[in-house]
Amino acid sequence: MTSYIVRRVLQLLLVLWGGATLLFFLFFVMSGNPAERMASGGGNRNPDPQVVLNLEKKYGLDKPVPVQYVTYMKGLVKGDLQESFYGNTPVSDIIAERAPNSLRLAFWAVLIEAVFGIGGGMISARRRNSIADYTTTITAVVLSAVPVFVLGYVLKQIFGVTAFKHGWPAWASFPTRGLGDDEWVFGVLPATRATAKALVLPAIVLASVTTALLARLTRTSMLETMRMDHVRTARSKGLTEGRVMRRHVLRNGLVPVITVLGPDFGTMVGVAVLTEQVFQIQGLGSRIVQAASALDIYVAVGLVMVVTLVYGVCSLVVDVSYAYLNPRVRLGDD
Amino acid sequence: MDDRPDAAGGSPVEPPADELTLSKADLEGAVDLDASLGEVGPSRSLAADAWRRFRRNRLALLGAFLVIALVLLALLGPLFVQDPYDTSGLSKEGPTNQHWFGTDSVGHDVFARVVYGIRLSLMIGFLATSVMVVIGIVWGSLAGWYGGWVDTILMRIVDVLFGIPYLVLALVFVAAIGRGISAVIITLAVTAWLQTARVVRAGVLEVRDLEYTEAARALGVPTRRILMRHVLPNVFQPVIVLMAVGVGTAILAEAALSFLGVGIQKPEPSLGLMVNEAQAEVSEHFYLLAFPAGAIVLTVLGFMLMGDGLRDALDVKDV
Amino acid sequence: MTSTTNDVAPSAPDVPSAPGGEHLLDIRDLEVTFTTEDGPVQAVRGVDLAVDAGEVLAVVGESGSGKSVTAMSVLGLLPPSAERRGRILWRGEDLLQSAERRLREVRGGEIAVIFQDPLTALNPVYRVGDQIVEMIRAHEKVSKAAARARAVEMLDKVGIPQPERRVDQYTHEFSGGMRQRAMIAMALACNPQLVIADEPTTALDVTVQAQVLELMAELASETGTAIVLITHDLGVVAGMARNVSVMYAGRIVESGTVDEIFDGTSHPYTAGLLGSLPRLDGDVDAPLVPIGGQPPSMLHPPEGCAFHPRCRWASGPAGCDSVLPPSIEVAQDHRAACLRTEELRAAGTLHRLVEGV
Repeated sequence: MTSYIVRRVLQLLLVLWGGATLLFFLFFVMSGNPAERMASGGGNRNPDPQVVLNLEKKYGLDKPVPVQYVTYMKGLVKGDLQESFYGNTPVSDIIAERAPNSLRLAFWAVLIEAVFGIGGGMISARRRNSIADYTTTITAVVLSAVPVFVLGYVLKQIFGVTAFKHGWPAWASFPTRGLGDDEWVFGVLPATRATAKALVLPAIVLASVTTALLARLTRTSMLETMRMDHVRTARSKGLTEGRVMRRHVLRNGLVPVITVLGPDFGTMVGVAVLTEQVFQIQGLGSRIVQAASALDIYVAVGLVMVVTLVYGVCSLVVDVSYAYLNPRVRLGDD
Repeated sequence: MDDRPDAAGGSPVEPPADELTLSKADLEGAVDLDASLGEVGPSRSLAADAWRRFRRNRLALLGAFLVIALVLLALLGPLFVQDPYDTSGLSKEGPTNQHWFGTDSVGHDVFARVVYGIRLSLMIGFLATSVMVVIGIVWGSLAGWYGGWVDTILMRIVDVLFGIPYLVLALVFVAAIGRGISAVIITLAVTAWLQTARVVRAGVLEVRDLEYTEAARALGVPTRRILMRHVLPNVFQPVIVLMAVGVGTAILAEAALSFLGVGIQKPEPSLGLMVNEAQAEVSEHFYLLAFPAGAIVLTVLGFMLMGDGLRDALDVKDV
Repeated sequence: MTSTTNDVAPSAPDVPSAPGGEHLLDIRDLEVTFTTEDGPVQAVRGVDLAVDAGEVLAVVGESGSGKSVTAMSVLGLLPPSAERRGRILWRGEDLLQSAERRLREVRGGEIAVIFQDPLTALNPVYRVGDQIVEMIRAHEKVSKAAARARAVEMLDKVGIPQPERRVDQYTHEFSGGMRQRAMIAMALACNPQLVIADEPTTALDVTVQAQVLELMAELASETGTAIVLITHDLGVVAGMARNVSVMYAGRIVESGTVDEIFDGTSHPYTAGLLGSLPRLDGDVDAPLVPIGGQPPSMLHPPEGCAFHPRCRWASGPAGCDSVLPPSIEVAQDHRAACLRTEELRAAGTLHRLVEGV
């Protein structure tokens, strides 16, 4: 068990290092010259060669790429993520500013996903081929085909703009501004009603696709588990249906479902970029887009690494929990 | 031979006497096992079975129908719609007889743009997915077949790329290599082959150590031949499912990238781009959002339903 | 449905008469139909079975004969697509009409089941002991400690060494034979009056099979528990059972005491089964005679006697191929469902086939 954990941690470190390296070279080798991009004000005017040279010197861009890479890596190990080319804000500051929003949003989205996804899936499985089942399945299927930004936009229109325009009651209208300097309890719980309201739409939107997928996964997993031999044995022992479901079906059947929730959280932190655009939330995703477009390389690489780290840690936690819950792995296979 | 004395009382039907006096010796060779084993009923190949199952799945059929309809639209549409780049129409007109879906803020005919947009999406989807499948198959086969450190290195790279969420990777990639249609296709292909590689590798491993593969190798059959004729048919099924679902995912991803402004650029008709443009006008001109969004949903839905149907029909798991 | 075109002579219940009144378990005219994608599958088409207290009844048949379905239908352990008809009398009470609550009392408490593959039948994420405790506490109000002590006792009774240690282990830590013993321990934990064993040894090594069967026989006679033993292995039958029922294509084709069936075989199918077995006292060079052909599809069962396409003595047309043979009494406690059974018995044909002569 311990060796398993160690292995996974090492793997995570490898992923982080590999990812950073890959992105680093991707940017420096394939894209244009960041100095030029800066000098040209985002490609709007022709860059003055002298300005470009100055910028290159200033940011060490005139050195050969491998040298820059080594410098970067050395800094990374010490915890220095470099600075943005635009305004010299340290990347770590940017992370501190943006990450909390992304994490909060992802947290609530996963919560919604878990509740509705598992709930919907279980209803579907219990009442197989009934109206409830078909409705849930169809909804799930259609929802997974709707692009997140479309859903976001539509909901924003209905509950945000139209609601205010036509004076809908307060409980039905939701603000559409981003999650800015609101107050939070323990970092995740909204402290004020206004904050909570600003959270609702983006969280639902972000959760939509994964909820749909989770519902279907839950349904499949439940149905499969219900057919297993040990469930029949449990019934043959004279246990009540409730107990059979709780201790034999759920316990075994939810495992693949829970296993997916962890990585979903990580994915959401990244995928949130679309939701962030629609709802003007200052999260990591939109900042990455901004940085990548402007070739603000260190910011882009740094932020992507953060997203990767979150994703990796979540996967790791889930995998380790799974290993713990599975007696075969925990005690070592015979 | 023992002969039991005849029981008293005759039976209503008198069968020929020898039938009843058969001994076991008489029965030797009387049963032709090979022939009797052949009486298994009409043979059903895997493909026929799968097709039967697919046919029964109503959702899958709906998906297939959607896909076919959209493909036809994409192929034949340009013949009878207006020019999507033509800005001669009045701007922001709702649906009229002349412009079925109305016009956008610059005067384009929305219907034409939607049709061309679907065309573009399908093209990107198919191309990206094809490239993705090829990369995935090659990568996975090499890793699975050669094993050892080749496998380790190749799959570690996959692990690294897997660790970065798909959309983020695509964003960064497309920003790095520039924008436009070909960039998008490359990006999508390059970020999506990971799962295919894993699945193919698993399939190769399954078959690699079986005896008939060993036999083929011993006979001197070239590796490529073995791979293609014996090993790859094993991964055929999951790969088909991955392809169907992959097209859907690719289309969604392209829409997302274009929406964010880093994918397809104006004035190309991308559905995602159209949604982006519609943002500013949506309050008054809802149709500008509805039509392209609807097109995206239908297209993706078609492929996802078909992909699910294929997954069930081909009885593939873990995909 | 094909059966309506057959002339079916109404038959008396296909069961040896009990010594004094009711049987412990009396299945009458059981029919089980599954609704599938391809149509309704009649897995069991009119079965009569009975077991008396303390007795061992073997139900023999090949895969697809409906023997497992019959067994599982007693306690209602079939998948939701199955529909049961008929009567299942447990000590006079019809289980098909019973309330869910009563069924739960019966399951495990009065009738227990031993399944074929203990690896999948036991839940891999719970300890073995906990699963036995769960069974005990579902039927009796005892403390966890007391139940656990009983579990250890049961494991000991079935011959598992170091039961105090084993009781806290997981299924995958047991060997195949031990797992089945654990399952037996669980089944007997609440002292049921009947145990239904569904191919309990099929998943085990040959050497272990004999041990497990011996254990079952021993424990059963100790506690006076009746056993319904489902199997396809005739060797197992000879050693353990008193009565045998042979099933083919959802029907009982022959039933009686073991001696009667083995010495006075009265159905061509049974004779085929017995005749195809290698014998220690037979001629070493004599080839084994299999039964040609395949069992019929239960989606479209053949008209008339289900065995007729494979039967050497099938009479027809308008004979075995269209008339459903009624089950008739051919000797004391011995019934067979064959139109030509009297003739075949009289001519000794089947007996010779079985004896390998």
